[in-house]
Amino acid sequence: MSEQGLEQRNQRTVRKLVLGAVAMFGFAFAMVPIYDVLCDITGLNGKTNSTAADGAVEVDEDRLVTVQFVTVASEGMPWDFKPQVRSVKVHPGEITQVNFMVKNSADSTIVGQAIPSVTPGLAAPHLLKTQCFCFNHQTLAAGGEAEMPMIFYLDPALPKHINTITLSYTMFDVTGRVMENEDKLVAR
Amino acid sequence: MTAVAAHTDHHDDHHHAPHGLKRWLFSTNHKDIGTLYLWFSFAMFMIGGLMALVIRAELMYPGLQVVDPEFFNQMTTVHGLVMVFGAVMPATVGLANWMIPLMIGAPDMALPRMNNWSFWILPFAFTILISAVLMSAFGEGNPSAPNFGWTFYAPLSTKYGPASTDLFILSVHMMGISSIMGAINVIVTVLNMRAPGMTMMKMPLFVWTWLITAFLLVAVMPVLAGAVTMMLTDRHFGTSFFSAAGGGDPVLFQHIFWFFGHPEVYIMILPSFGIVSAIIPTFARKQLFGYASMVYATASIALLSFVVWAHHMFTVGMPLAGTLFFMYMTMLISVPTGVKVFNWVATMWRGSITFELPMKWALAFVVLFTCGGLSGLMLAMTPVDFQYHDTYFVVAHFHYVLVSGAIFSVFAAAYYWLPKWSGVMPNTFLGELHFWNSLLSVNLLFFPMHFVGLAGMPRRYADYALQFADYNYWVSIGAVRCGASQILFVIVCVLCAMKKGQKAPAAPWEGAEGLEWTVPSPAPFHTFDTPPVVK
Amino acid sequence: MQSTLFRRVTAALTLLLVSGVSVASDWAERSNVNLRPGVTNISQDVFDLHMIILWIVSLIGLLVFGLIMYSAVAHRRSKRPQAADFHENVFLEVFWTVVPFIILIGMAVPATRVLIDMDDSSEAELTVKVTGYRWNWSYEYLAYKDDNDVGIFYFSNLKTPAEQYNTPVLKGGLFPYGTAADRVDAEPTEKDANYMLAVDKPLVIPAGVKVRFLVTADDVIHSFYVPDFAIKKDAIPGFVNEAWALVPEDATGTYYGQCAELCGKNHAFMPIEVTVLAENEFDSWLAEEKEKAASGPDLTPFSSLESAMELGQQKYAASCVLCHGAEGQGGIGLPFAGSALMTDSSRVQENIDVLLKGRNAMPSFAAQLTPREIAAVITYQRNAFGNNTGDLVQPADVAK
Repeated sequence: MSEQGLEQRNQRTVRKLVLGAVAMFGFAFAMVPIYDVLCDITGLNGKTNSTAADGAVEVDEDRLVTVQFVTVASEGMPWDFKPQVRSVKVHPGEITQVNFMVKNSADSTIVGQAIPSVTPGLAAPHLLKTQCFCFNHQTLAAGGEAEMPMIFYLDPALPKHINTITLSYTMFDVTGRVMENEDKLVAR
Repeated sequence: MTAVAAHTDHHDDHHHAPHGLKRWLFSTNHKDIGTLYLWFSFAMFMIGGLMALVIRAELMYPGLQVVDPEFFNQMTTVHGLVMVFGAVMPATVGLANWMIPLMIGAPDMALPRMNNWSFWILPFAFTILISAVLMSAFGEGNPSAPNFGWTFYAPLSTKYGPASTDLFILSVHMMGISSIMGAINVIVTVLNMRAPGMTMMKMPLFVWTWLITAFLLVAVMPVLAGAVTMMLTDRHFGTSFFSAAGGGDPVLFQHIFWFFGHPEVYIMILPSFGIVSAIIPTFARKQLFGYASMVYATASIALLSFVVWAHHMFTVGMPLAGTLFFMYMTMLISVPTGVKVFNWVATMWRGSITFELPMKWALAFVVLFTCGGLSGLMLAMTPVDFQYHDTYFVVAHFHYVLVSGAIFSVFAAAYYWLPKWSGVMPNTFLGELHFWNSLLSVNLLFFPMHFVGLAGMPRRYADYALQFADYNYWVSIGAVRCGASQILFVIVCVLCAMKKGQKAPAAPWEGAEGLEWTVPSPAPFHTFDTPPVVK
Repeated sequence: MQSTLFRRVTAALTLLLVSGVSVASDWAERSNVNLRPGVTNISQDVFDLHMIILWIVSLIGLLVFGLIMYSAVAHRRSKRPQAADFHENVFLEVFWTVVPFIILIGMAVPATRVLIDMDDSSEAELTVKVTGYRWNWSYEYLAYKDDNDVGIFYFSNLKTPAEQYNTPVLKGGLFPYGTAADRVDAEPTEKDANYMLAVDKPLVIPAGVKVRFLVTADDVIHSFYVPDFAIKKDAIPGFVNEAWALVPEDATGTYYGQCAELCGKNHAFMPIEVTVLAENEFDSWLAEEKEKAASGPDLTPFSSLESAMELGQQKYAASCVLCHGAEGQGGIGLPFAGSALMTDSSRVQENIDVLLKGRNAMPSFAAQLTPREIAAVITYQRNAFGNNTGDLVQPADVAK
């Protein structure tokens, strides 16, 4: 093995390894979309669809599922955020509307973004929304009030053992974010 | 840790060895760089140990006596980071630098200049990190150092992180680059620089375990770099990788972190397996049992480490199927680990065993690492893990594998190879004192943690309920004694560095085999300029 | 030399091992050494699983350490000057790969069964939303049996007074923030038996009823950990996790838990206290709470500065002290002692607004405290710590 040959072989190995390291750096970022896909499939973390779903399915009259609504205004956000009803009983496939009441008790305009989460996680891919205030962010002037609609149905393929679903909305104050950078926000 | 050979000149070789500060700053010699790594890691070990003593001082009695909970959190955070990235990893890199070329009959590492660079990044990285602690302790207004645990979960480290989080991010990036370069160097050296006749399956197991470790490093350190980069952009550039408000997910951070973090655990322990596999055959005067199965077991541990990460996060609320998958995979990892332990026992079996210092440390490693491994098996059982998770039981578990595991094996390696590095035998009396004090105190320090953990004391608590008080007292006593014992090792190393002691022959351990024992002690500045031929 | 040393090794290892085993057997029933068996069926299952696996790993440990010790004794050089020459045995290798694998399957089966049981939160009769904050918990009762809008919500704060945990031995010096430096020479205070565990208003649940907890967080990740129910669930901002407990009817009483995920400075100061009542007692508790919630806030004015100060001190200790310090010296929050806002009598309204709406890092306390409590706290802030303004804020000032 000549010095020259060794040098070349070393360089080749180094190149491959550096490439590998760079690829793994990229993989860390690729984990973000991979994770989202996994969440969509498995309902990991109870994420629901973030854009309107198609609403035409057959209604399963034999099953009745309780859907509970939970609201959180996070980090001391001065919004009074409540569902109009605490829970509804629905047949899978039945299209239901629930309104959420929100009031801004602060002295300034606030932009809010509601983040949904469903538990049990297995039910998440089966709770489909055709319209939701959580698809966009909501702006309320000081003292402003709003009634926000959410229309959903349950996929009849919902696993049989699930008879109670909890849908929670956490309202985050995204005023700073939106003001700074209108279009960067990924609305969900 | 010592390679003290360092401070003396090696006029016994025909090449010119550089002198003074330049020798160390510009060194491209694998032995000098190995020495630097070892001293550096020892210094970090002492600094991280001091932080541990602050933690233990606060926890000795219930109530807040010594530090504010805010500073306590900074101590737990920086203690973890310094020990993982500053003590254990550089120590094994130092051993690799010193021993791999000697073991495979190469004249030096394949990429000597990069070797220099990968070391000299480290002191700067840690200066940055530790400067944050110094500013917090002594600076005007006590700006907080990183205080979110070494696992830096979002959003505690992103939205709620102190300003010094950016220092932390920079520092982690630098450590990562250093580790990746070190790992690339090891891989290239092992693949391309072996002496004629040194086939892969003839390599000493230390070289094998380090080769596999290096591949793990190249695979996962970039993922860590990715995670901290995302943190950085979340903090300053308006992205929302880990913030639910912007459509991200804090749990995603944990997945990315532990995808790095679990292989990282094996990065820290695999070289130890190699060290122990070198020492036990030497002092049992018997060939290592099941060499091939050791290699395969190491490789399968490394592969499995990529599919068990979520066992660190059973409590985040994963779907049942996912939980079960990670539970089964985690339990499976105990099979190859068990194979290793059984192989070491079989190596001792019907040998002719003596108990010199390296062997004592190696045996302590096997026993105490097995304790840590067994509690790891308990942790793998998800339903019970809900009780163990994030309590002192976990703290006990990972300190058994990292302190009485990884660090004990580094001590074993130091006592084993110090004669080769320095040319003198380490002081036996001090060494014995160091060993017995460490062995007893490490158990006093970590064993009662199992009890407080089972009784329900969560980790990273600055103050605790009265039912945990008695054991915490004993743990703190053990910590002080364990810390003090390490001063003995400082003396052992300094004595070797000053060449005070019995002169070591080329092969000081009669049962030892391997190319490193064919060169004189201390190893000359240049070795194997002409490759040895391995039959 | 060699053999005496070796005797010492074996003696020490034997001691270590024997002590380990006696720990596993003698003290097994004492909860401060072993895992807590807990009170629910699930926690009992978990405890049994724990004991099974503890015995398995203890036996494996005994076997391995026994072999090592035997070898260290019997195969030492003074006994066997010449080592044997075997280093491979396919049968052995296969044997110790397959046997552990079989043991693992034996362990995985019961673990899977318990896990599936734990996962089944269906048909709960009471649903409580548990929210973690920096650094307290809130409980919201959502649904109980047929009532799907119970509407009870309250916060739960650490009850242990600051003088019990602030016991500094150093005055500033090397260590920053000088942990309540003014208390260095103070007499140590006797610690309560439930030190660091008791809260001002515990979570109340009925016995014999399946309770579902919806766990979430307001700011950072917390973890809802009640060992006696074998519950540990992370509270993640923006997401809801589920856990459940069915406490048997004969197990009424008080159970404690803690936050188990690092959440910042006062991670150790946000315990969980659960009071389990018999079902009928729970029903009357619930009715009482509902009545209180329905009657609106209590706006009875304070008769004297002293009565406001007394309530204010209690509430300050529960809600403010962690950030602003027991002596108003500040910390995470701003200092109060001598601050312009709290000594200027013309700025009372601003002081009220800060509490109701929050300002910068200071969160709003409108949900955590009643108007009467807020009035009391403000009165306390403006008269304690040497601020002696004499301002008395009445509940009506806050509620308007």
